[in-house]
Amino acid sequence: MTEKAVEARKKGQRKSSDDYTYVGMVFHRLTRHKLAMFGAFMLIVILLFVFVGPLVWRADPNEQIEGLEGMFNVPSPAHPLGTDDYGRDVLARMFFGGRISLFIGFISAISSTIVGAVVGLVAGYYGGWADDLLMRFTDAMLSIPTFPLLIALASVMGKGIGQIILVIVIFGWMVDARLVRGLVLSLKEQEYIEAAHAIGASANRIMWRHLFPNTLAVLIVSTTIGIGGAIIYEASISFLGFGVQAPFASWGNMLQNAQQFIWNSPRLIIYPGLAIFMTVLGFNFFGDGLRDAIDPKLKL
Amino acid sequence: MTTRLVEVQQLKKWFPVKGGVFAKTVASVKAVDEVSFFIDQGETLSLVGESGSGKTTAGRTMLKLLRPTSGKIIYKGKDITNLTPNQMRPLRRNMQIMFQDPYGSLNPRMPVGDIIQEPLDVHGIGTRKERKQAVATMMETVGLRPEYEKRYPHEFSGGQRQRIGVARALIINPELLVLDEPISALDVSIQSQIINLLQELQQRLSLTYLFIAHDLAVVRHMSDRVAVMYLGKIVETADNDELFDHPLHPYTQALLSAVPVPDPDVKRERIILQGDVPSPVNPPSGCHFRTRCPYAMPICKDQEPLVIEVAPGHTVACHLLTQK
Repeated sequence: MTEKAVEARKKGQRKSSDDYTYVGMVFHRLTRHKLAMFGAFMLIVILLFVFVGPLVWRADPNEQIEGLEGMFNVPSPAHPLGTDDYGRDVLARMFFGGRISLFIGFISAISSTIVGAVVGLVAGYYGGWADDLLMRFTDAMLSIPTFPLLIALASVMGKGIGQIILVIVIFGWMVDARLVRGLVLSLKEQEYIEAAHAIGASANRIMWRHLFPNTLAVLIVSTTIGIGGAIIYEASISFLGFGVQAPFASWGNMLQNAQQFIWNSPRLIIYPGLAIFMTVLGFNFFGDGLRDAIDPKLKL
Repeated sequence: MTTRLVEVQQLKKWFPVKGGVFAKTVASVKAVDEVSFFIDQGETLSLVGESGSGKTTAGRTMLKLLRPTSGKIIYKGKDITNLTPNQMRPLRRNMQIMFQDPYGSLNPRMPVGDIIQEPLDVHGIGTRKERKQAVATMMETVGLRPEYEKRYPHEFSGGQRQRIGVARALIINPELLVLDEPISALDVSIQSQIINLLQELQQRLSLTYLFIAHDLAVVRHMSDRVAVMYLGKIVETADNDELFDHPLHPYTQALLSAVPVPDPDVKRERIILQGDVPSPVNPPSGCHFRTRCPYAMPICKDQEPLVIEVAPGHTVACHLLTQK
């Protein structure tokens, strides 16, 4: 090509690659998805509540007001959500409990997705006995009644945030593994994978540079929905008393604590219950919308 | 003096058909069945045949993208049939492939600059800066604007995507390029652009092509020699002009009679083949073509025709030539 032709072409150049990316397209579609926007709104409210709230309402979540008159206070200017059975400020406990619940939800959902993705990639890419071994193990894990074992494991490993996350990951990666394996089985038959073989790319390169990025969109959706599930798990474990331990608050152990007073102070169970409900619903709505937004065949 | 670049001897690629309770191999799809051909340095050998004749499989097996069932692949005098993927890696620099599907052959999650650069990364050629430079030069060579390197494949048209495919294949300076129906997914006007580009590049970079196609007009335009495949076998091989002017195998004759002639006054006798291509799982005994051949004889059922050289460089596998 001559210099002139190159120049002429450059002049007519439009800059589209930067302002029309895949991420931009997904975001645009997402903003048109009503349910997803509703979910996003709920999540923003929750996040503001949990992270900005403590800056506005500076109360110590673990400070107890001595004496009977400090317990079970109804909402008042001194304690906007009242106090609990130890005379602690419920609003402050909701803030910090929410942080812990969300933290556990995020970390365990992301970790289970990573574990699941690795298992699924290896099984799907190599096939053969590696696939059989990994997938039968996945099936076996799926057929274990999760809850009793979850409790057993939690009691064996001790009680702490790290342990809860580990337990949730151990029982949470299987769905992602199956999802990724299924995707990889169809992706690896694509011609660009054969092209990668043809240029001599190694198995690792093909898995991580070619297959993994193509499963990422689906994994993000699955992680988003998984956060909701993990929060429920955390709440359930904590509710049964094996989770986050006093004096630290989590929405789950606030529920657990409140169940004995359900007739006297129902609000103690309503606040954390509502918070969990809204968070999980928000993640599910948002995740569903995200799934629709990344599917180019769906018109939004 | 021409040198032989690749030679394929008695190459077989059978795909197992699994069935039954324990996924036993109950049958085989004989996609490529004892195929032999060679390609000399700098020439274009075309592999033609209808869908399902095994031409694509033959090309991919030759590159060891598929594991050959039996037979031999000799590249520059070296037997590469049983090399492991790791042993093949250095050789992959010399033999590349360009695919038919302009949509499926580019990773949708990778910017085209990265796609074109990847062979350099894999083989560790040059510094980061040199690679970037090589990508820009190569994009220019195939007629793409280097500024497009950050764009994703979906932002390009089919013809542009095939140019990206060419750029990826050529960036590591291969000697041999397998063109697996590079134009059959494109519009006619774009087809000629890509064909011209490929011919220009062949001249400039002294490339050797294995051109897999079913469009005979393009084959005639592109090739030095042509091999015709039917149901996993090569039935006739000859120089370009020789094959088009003096086809000897009945299948080649039928294939050529289907090529339209741009002259309404020419009265042509078209040979219309009856029936469908038999299943490659269970091909006919003897000559694979006999079920559709207008000249089938009893011997065709009993014996497989041998490949005989009727003229220098012109080989045919047909009983008609020996049973006169």
